Amino acid sequence: MPIQNIVLGVVFSLGLIIITFELVRRRKLNEEYSWLWMCTGAVLFLLSVFPGLLLRLTRALGLIAPASALFFFGVFFLLLIVLHFSAVISRLTNRQKELAQRIALLERELEAVKEERK
Amino acid sequence: MKSSAPNTPGKRVLLLLPAYNEAAYLPELCRELKANCPGVDVVAVDDGSSDATSAVARENGLKVLRHPFNLGDGAARHTGYIYAMRKGYDFVVQLDADGQHDPADIAALLRPVLDGEADLTIGSRFLKNADYRPTAAKRVGMALFNALASLLTGLRITDSTSGFRAANRKVIEFYSLPEFYPTSYPDADLIILSHAAGLRIREVPVSMRHSRKPLPLHHGMAAFYYVFKMFLSISVTLLRAKPARPEEK
Repeated sequence: MPIQNIVLGVVFSLGLIIITFELVRRRKLNEEYSWLWMCTGAVLFLLSVFPGLLLRLTRALGLIAPASALFFFGVFFLLLIVLHFSAVISRLTNRQKELAQRIALLERELEAVKEERK
Repeated sequence: MKSSAPNTPGKRVLLLLPAYNEAAYLPELCRELKANCPGVDVVAVDDGSSDATSAVARENGLKVLRHPFNLGDGAARHTGYIYAMRKGYDFVVQLDADGQHDPADIAALLRPVLDGEADLTIGSRFLKNADYRPTAAKRVGMALFNALASLLTGLRITDSTSGFRAANRKVIEFYSLPEFYPTSYPDADLIILSHAAGLRIREVPVSMRHSRKPLPLHHGMAAFYYVFKMFLSISVTLLRAKPARPEEK
């Protein structure tokens, strides 16, 4: 594999890991949402540093170009991350719904108390 | 005028009106409710309306539960059931605030529930030879889900999309739990779920007036989503463990 590819892979994956880490440090990204990005970065880093691993995976997957294998893993991890976010959004939606319902019920209680005091 | 005030000595009935931008239609409905069910508590669940729904409801003497933003028709009913549960109501009658359900039918709808013959009744527009004529596309969709609900419950379900329903305390307890009530379109899937939970369901003939609001089965993407949601919801309902039966009272 040409050295440029290795350098590009290392720079890109290390960049991803560093940016993720930095976002967590600045409290712009919660730890629980950082780990999938860290994993993606780590896998890309390993594949870049050990091209033999990538070549073996390329053959195992029946692909011709190692770049295709790299793309495959990139897309695979992105899909995982997006699916994970859909699940997180669902959880947040459910919580938001419950909170909104509680607000509605509490406001009614408050109104009833005020009516009683009159 | 035929008197249909539910005669329920010692028992408390709550009329539940999920309302989304219904300010224009509420006063008329409130007059009808007062005429048909005098002295019965009515709660309107304002699902984050952008019009004066809450204010109009209060002016007409209704209790109001207001969602801070729009959550969905199912969520509005769910909030109403939680309220009924907390306030200790024995029976709930839910009807749409747009006036398509006739308050004169409330007594008939509530009767089997009051008599202990059913836990949940569903007002069906198709049991009576009503003049209700849905569009072709909607008819196909309704027939499909009615058939599916009938097949899966072994009951004769003719109007799974009807939001005109009466429930006893057992149903109130089940529906007020956090995880079961669907957030949107609580139709055939909720009937199947309720049946799986061991609730006794019966349809009651009611007259249905035309709604001014287009139903999801009427148009475009919403119709596709409705069909998708209903199939998915029914499949997962069947594959999940049966919900624990609400306790006999």
